[in-house]
Amino acid sequence: MDELIPYIYKPHPVTGITNGKFGTWLFLASEVMLFGALFSAYIMLRLGSESWPRGYQELHVAWAAFNTVVLIFSSVTIVMSWVSLKLNQFGKFRLYMGLTILCSIVFLVVKGIEYSDKFHHEHFPWTSNFFAVYFTLTGLHALHIIGGIVVNAYLMFPGSKLWKENPEQFTGRIECAGLYWHFVDLVWIFLFPTIYLL
Amino acid sequence: MSSHDAHHHSGHSHHEPGFVRKYIFSTDHKMIGIQYGLTSLCFLLFGFSLVMMMRWQLAYPGQPLPFLGKLIGETAFPGGVMAPEFYNQLGAMHGTIMVFLGIVPLAVGAFGNYLLPLQIGAGDMAFPKLNMMSYWVFFVGGVTMLCSFLMPGGAAQSGWTSYPPLSDIAPTGQTVWLLAMVFLITSSLLGSVNFIVTCIQLRVKGMSFFRMPVFTWCQLVTAFLLLLAFPPLEAASVLQLMDRLAGTSFFMPTGLVISGEQAHVAGGGNPLLWQHLFWFLAHPEVYVLILPAVGIIAEVLTTNTRKPLYGYNTLVYSIIFLGFMSFVVWAHHMFMTGMGTTLSSFFQATTMIISIPSVIIVTTFLLTLWGASIRFNVPMLFATAFLPMFAIGGLTGLPLGLTASDIYLHDTYYVIGHFHYVVAPGTIFALFAGIYHWYPKLSGRQMSEFWGKVHFWGSFVCMNGIFMPMFFVGMAGVSRRLYDMSLYAHAKSVFRLNEVMSISAWSLALFQIPFILNLFISWKKGKKVSDNPWDCTTLEWATPTPPPHGNFAHPVEAHRGPYDYAGDTQEFVPQNL
Amino acid sequence: MEQKPYGWWLPINASANNGGIDQLINLVHIFMAVLFVGWGIYLVYVLVRFRARPGHKAYAVHKHFRLPTWLEIGVAIIEVVLLVFLSSPIWFRVKKDFPPEKDSVLVRVVAEQFAWNIHYPGKDGKFGRTRPELVTGTNPIGLDRDDPDGKDDITTVNILHVPTGKPVIVYLSSKDVIHSFSLPVLRVKQDAIPGMMIPIWFEAAKTGQEFQIACAQLCGLSHYRMSGQLMIDTPEQYATWMAEQEKELAQENAGSDQTAVPADTNSPAGNTSNEGSPK
Repeated sequence: MDELIPYIYKPHPVTGITNGKFGTWLFLASEVMLFGALFSAYIMLRLGSESWPRGYQELHVAWAAFNTVVLIFSSVTIVMSWVSLKLNQFGKFRLYMGLTILCSIVFLVVKGIEYSDKFHHEHFPWTSNFFAVYFTLTGLHALHIIGGIVVNAYLMFPGSKLWKENPEQFTGRIECAGLYWHFVDLVWIFLFPTIYLL
Repeated sequence: MSSHDAHHHSGHSHHEPGFVRKYIFSTDHKMIGIQYGLTSLCFLLFGFSLVMMMRWQLAYPGQPLPFLGKLIGETAFPGGVMAPEFYNQLGAMHGTIMVFLGIVPLAVGAFGNYLLPLQIGAGDMAFPKLNMMSYWVFFVGGVTMLCSFLMPGGAAQSGWTSYPPLSDIAPTGQTVWLLAMVFLITSSLLGSVNFIVTCIQLRVKGMSFFRMPVFTWCQLVTAFLLLLAFPPLEAASVLQLMDRLAGTSFFMPTGLVISGEQAHVAGGGNPLLWQHLFWFLAHPEVYVLILPAVGIIAEVLTTNTRKPLYGYNTLVYSIIFLGFMSFVVWAHHMFMTGMGTTLSSFFQATTMIISIPSVIIVTTFLLTLWGASIRFNVPMLFATAFLPMFAIGGLTGLPLGLTASDIYLHDTYYVIGHFHYVVAPGTIFALFAGIYHWYPKLSGRQMSEFWGKVHFWGSFVCMNGIFMPMFFVGMAGVSRRLYDMSLYAHAKSVFRLNEVMSISAWSLALFQIPFILNLFISWKKGKKVSDNPWDCTTLEWATPTPPPHGNFAHPVEAHRGPYDYAGDTQEFVPQNL
Repeated sequence: MEQKPYGWWLPINASANNGGIDQLINLVHIFMAVLFVGWGIYLVYVLVRFRARPGHKAYAVHKHFRLPTWLEIGVAIIEVVLLVFLSSPIWFRVKKDFPPEKDSVLVRVVAEQFAWNIHYPGKDGKFGRTRPELVTGTNPIGLDRDDPDGKDDITTVNILHVPTGKPVIVYLSSKDVIHSFSLPVLRVKQDAIPGMMIPIWFEAAKTGQEFQIACAQLCGLSHYRMSGQLMIDTPEQYATWMAEQEKELAQENAGSDQTAVPADTNSPAGNTSNEGSPK
């Protein structure tokens, strides 16, 4: 396939990146538009409403702050997993990728606790627009985390066969996965203050 | 054969893939293009049939529809007469199917997929598996969309624009519409990433950006529009799904009283939020509908004038500028929503500005004809007709883009006439031109010229018969989306035009029969032609017919610009020589 | 002036203030026609002159044409003129130049599936409060008759009376979905959006009892039947009609006083004069 389609794992001389990396950046651009639209919806609804509670009045800031740290840490571990591949240390790659996935699961568990706490207090998406925004935006973000877990788990186990055949291409894939993961992290870094703190 | 080995999987011998791998789950961009083409043509036909039924009700309100009325059943046709809610379903689904299941998959999924890699000298798209997925997700989305008809309460019936609160409280068909849109948007996203990466990374040596054919430029800009404009509609669809399924109030304001009952929602939502998110996509979407057509016209016109395209650089810059501007005009669809003067002045200004590149594009094409040696084959007939038809569509956008005249013309039949001129005798004619033009590359045979001319003249007359009267119906003040306009005094003077429009629509359908037959019969019985029967310069014509897996028998390079025509049939230099 | 109010082009313009819209529409169409005919003549000419025929070759390279650039600039200038000198002034006038309330006829229009609820403030010139909880079949706008401002309010369904010679301010909203309030002969159109109250104004100049209100935004299955009656009266006719409404209202009030119904905010007020029924 590599003669049929160039620049799968060698960067293009002019753009300086591989096809996969370019594609990932484009995909992230569309994701920026997606979350941008959701944030715009949040702004429009909040500005147009008569009353809107402060995030910290209705939500657990501490849990979300903890989640923020967890997610930032997972961004570090996914970079470390890529660095490990660059240093030809496949075992360390598995370790760091595993840590990344673990952090993601912790994040989701805390999220789950948060949600059930809200339900327990009779706060549902249909209760008010504040909660509609909260559940929808964090829910969609959580779906993106789940997507990331699926991709990372695939790359850690069945997908890692490619390491033996074509280490350069496999490293490229991990880099792209990392890019996506950083984006998901970045979205949270915007979500946390705008929903929990304002 | 030995040069063929260069394109095999390195280290593996090439096994001919089985039927499923070759035709159903192919990763070859050409097969995927054909899949998109056949599927979208079927959807186009289906979407057209819906409006043919509507046209019966419009011309003969309250009259039972022959045969089909009884066939479709009592819910949709009580006593054989179309029910108003079914009319609204047909309207919403016609628009949705034509735009999202018909035109875009054909113009981008079929034409783009097949030709883009060929025109830049590549062996395939950058991500063949992603390409295959994009087709199948489209297919699932299309089937889901059709399932909207099977839901209790009927299909989506709030217009293709799905404005809430109406769409929030509509029957289940609307939920299916939203789910289908999520699939279709996903498919589009996968496709647009593929197109952009392919176009930028996989251009063959010597194929600089300003040596790319105009068709390729149009596909590239279109892909950017799809990539960046669709996500807000995806977001909006999620929000509307939440409103419908989770009882949220994103679009439901406080204090609603529906059919005498207070709405049991939290309230505080904003119907205009949907409109902003929807039109943020839907305006660039209409440029997605026209740009591939402009690309096709550029190719067909240039080939059949036997001289270089006039003003290539200007045309390319106009196309890029158009793409960029398309993101900042969306609220001209919302002038009547109570918008303030500042916002409306901004959008009025951007709308006027965006008309300039459109005028430049038409002018460039018109000037290409000067000093030409024009061959009137079937593709050229469609391409030539495109020019005045697109001009009518574009010009009638002017009184709509000016806020003061829009007060009167907004949501009247004038709007329907305006956009149909651009899409129907505009884009669809360009797509026809493209099919007749590139058919020999796929099949090695030419479609029948005679039946092509029948198809052309019949379609040209009927298209005008359908859409020209709409301007007058709209000027009389008649609103859109009316099951029966005869209840309005101002409609009475123009009511007879409905019969003209309906008969034209049914005749248009009849004139598509020679086209459909031509398409299938010529595959086996058409006149055999060479690899480059139209004597074109662009790289897709430098392949064997049909292009094999890997596309080019020998590695190609681009040594010149795309339109090195020098006056005569034999005086042209293909791009790879 | 015109024998027939409706034809194949714009209908009769019964407004005093919206003549500019017709002017703009006609001018723009003249501009469009000039462009189209110009292009059309050119197109036919080139298709004939430069058709392929034996002995005819295309120019391989041709000069840069300057005329199209000038024409392009001309088109852009005309568009700017249309925008700045015609469309914008009209638009600003319609959107911002509201007449003073004390000099105008005030009326609230509340759209619903599938009728136009018309609400006049009555002699005191003040609109009574409306609340969604009070909405019933006979009180479609939920008017609170116990509100002192609301005691003299006149409500109708699908019947809008306006006089000539005085501007009218309409406060537009909707109970359920988006509708659009359209008065074609007055060149008035405004979306009625639930959750919003949007004011518009106009002034009628020609009388007529046959004009209609149209709904210009898909609002459900009976969108096509959501027409109302627009009666443009002379000032005297309008005053007569209003006096009749007030008399009827007073009679109904007197009648309900005698039946000793307790002043309960939740009972249907029943004091609306329904000259048409909701469809």
